[in-house]
Amino acid sequence: MMHDNHTWILATLLTLGLWLWWAYARANQLSLLQTAWHLLRSFTLFDLLKGLTVTGKHMFIRKATIQYPEEETPISPRFRGMLALRRYPNGEERCIGCKLCEAVCPALAITIDTEEREDGSRRTTKYEIDAFKCINCGFCEESCPVDSIVVVPEMHYHMEERGENIFTKEKLLAIGDLYEDRLASDRREDEAYR
Amino acid sequence: MFEGFFALIWIVIKILAIALPLIGVVAYLTLAERKIIGYQQSRIGPNRAGVRGLLQPIADAIKLVFKEMIFPTASNRYLFIIAPLLAFVPALVTWSVIPFSEGLVLADVNAGVLLVLAFSSLGIYGLLLSGWSSNSKYAFLGALRACGQAVSYEIPMGFALVGVLMAADSMNMSEIVRHQAGGIWHWYAVPLLPLFLVYWISGLAETNRAPFDVAEGESEIVAGFHVEYSGMGFALFFLAEYANMALIAILTSLFFLGGWNSPFEGAGWLPSTLAWLQAPCMLWLFIKTGFFLFLYLWIRATYPRYRYDQIMRLGWKVLIPVTLVWLVVEGLAIQWHVQPWFV
Ligand code: SF4
Ligand code: SF4
Repeated sequence: MMHDNHTWILATLLTLGLWLWWAYARANQLSLLQTAWHLLRSFTLFDLLKGLTVTGKHMFIRKATIQYPEEETPISPRFRGMLALRRYPNGEERCIGCKLCEAVCPALAITIDTEEREDGSRRTTKYEIDAFKCINCGFCEESCPVDSIVVVPEMHYHMEERGENIFTKEKLLAIGDLYEDRLASDRREDEAYR
Repeated sequence: MFEGFFALIWIVIKILAIALPLIGVVAYLTLAERKIIGYQQSRIGPNRAGVRGLLQPIADAIKLVFKEMIFPTASNRYLFIIAPLLAFVPALVTWSVIPFSEGLVLADVNAGVLLVLAFSSLGIYGLLLSGWSSNSKYAFLGALRACGQAVSYEIPMGFALVGVLMAADSMNMSEIVRHQAGGIWHWYAVPLLPLFLVYWISGLAETNRAPFDVAEGESEIVAGFHVEYSGMGFALFFLAEYANMALIAILTSLFFLGGWNSPFEGAGWLPSTLAWLQAPCMLWLFIKTGFFLFLYLWIRATYPRYRYDQIMRLGWKVLIPVTLVWLVVEGLAIQWHVQPWFV
């Protein structure tokens, strides 16, 4: 007697399950086989477990972190970080005050005043770059006929006082002196691609 | 007269013995989270404060304590202060009925499971009130989401626990664990596998953790319900969230993975030198809990956030039917005394 009962209940459950399977397939317009595959995939959490294995594996791979102040990424010779004015080897400043850079600068960061020097050549009396406006695009470097204004690959600098963002002519020339060797080596490295 | 006093002191000591380590666990869980998720995203994570970043939680705590608490001008100040407490206190109170080992429980009440369910629902009031009292759109939306989600997922969670109650024939937590003694095959995760998964998924949703963290949803609603909180208020929400995580992890281990029972119980193949591995021990419970906590972080590092309507769909149209079906199956199995689980 008890056993008959079991059979009936099991048969009912089985019928119910089959009907659910069929109804699900109908509702989603899939074949019965596709439905079975679909249900199996979602109820065994197959895709989710696959995702977990990916992150699980990544726990043990080499870390990509660069410990910044101690380590740094290599910097390209073309990196544009800070502006500088160059001199000729004899110490004469290169800039001839043509104002091409001032005209081309998209951020209007450059301000130039010029005057005639005692020897009759035109020189700047004021050459200022507002570092807050400058977007380091390098157009000024491209436009300069005498290769005077350049962008140097240096990004470690900061300002502490208001007004320090204005790079004066003296400052720019000093930066140029500081980075002359670096510029030369960078140019040499990049020569083949220019 | 003094006996009552000493009993009180004794209870306070016991409470501290649970609460203080819990807060330590919570603090270091935050570090573990940042470290583990970092490692899974091939970065290192915090490593500056102390050796390998081990002092980071302390630094964070000090920072939060010393920060100013800002009250939004048009907020309801009383509720704004009460809300984080309402979130934090239930998260701690629930630990009173958690048995850590045979007899090692603060309050061995017979309706422990009910208490757990009641208090885990209470925590949602903190979220709701915080969202409402901040008088901010984002907080309000976050609170609404948290509410809808908690209400929906309480149901499959409760149903999954009904399965456990049916199997153990008791609402007492220690009793439930005792029923799972006798080897790894007796753990309820085996006969109640679907309920185990449902419970875990609902647990994720209940604690508002990824991938169900729409209540915080920093990409849409900034930080959700606690967007206006700073300083200690924010810290309390943080503590509550992590205490709840630890709670769900330990509950899952108690209900489905045999609590403090050893996985090697009844393993005849173990050499006699390793026979001590078969003894039930608090450490097993902690290992299992640790695994689930790790799983929390693992899941967070893996899955993107669910869309809100999909969360509702999953809760109502998948999890609840699954639990219902499995309750019927389990009922039949109990009726027919399917060995070895339902004698
Ligand atoms: S780098 Fe570009 S933005 Fe900066 S000064 Fe030169 S032209 Fe102007
Ligand atoms: S830096 Fe070059 S482009 Fe600019 S004013 Fe001087 S010479 Fe002309």
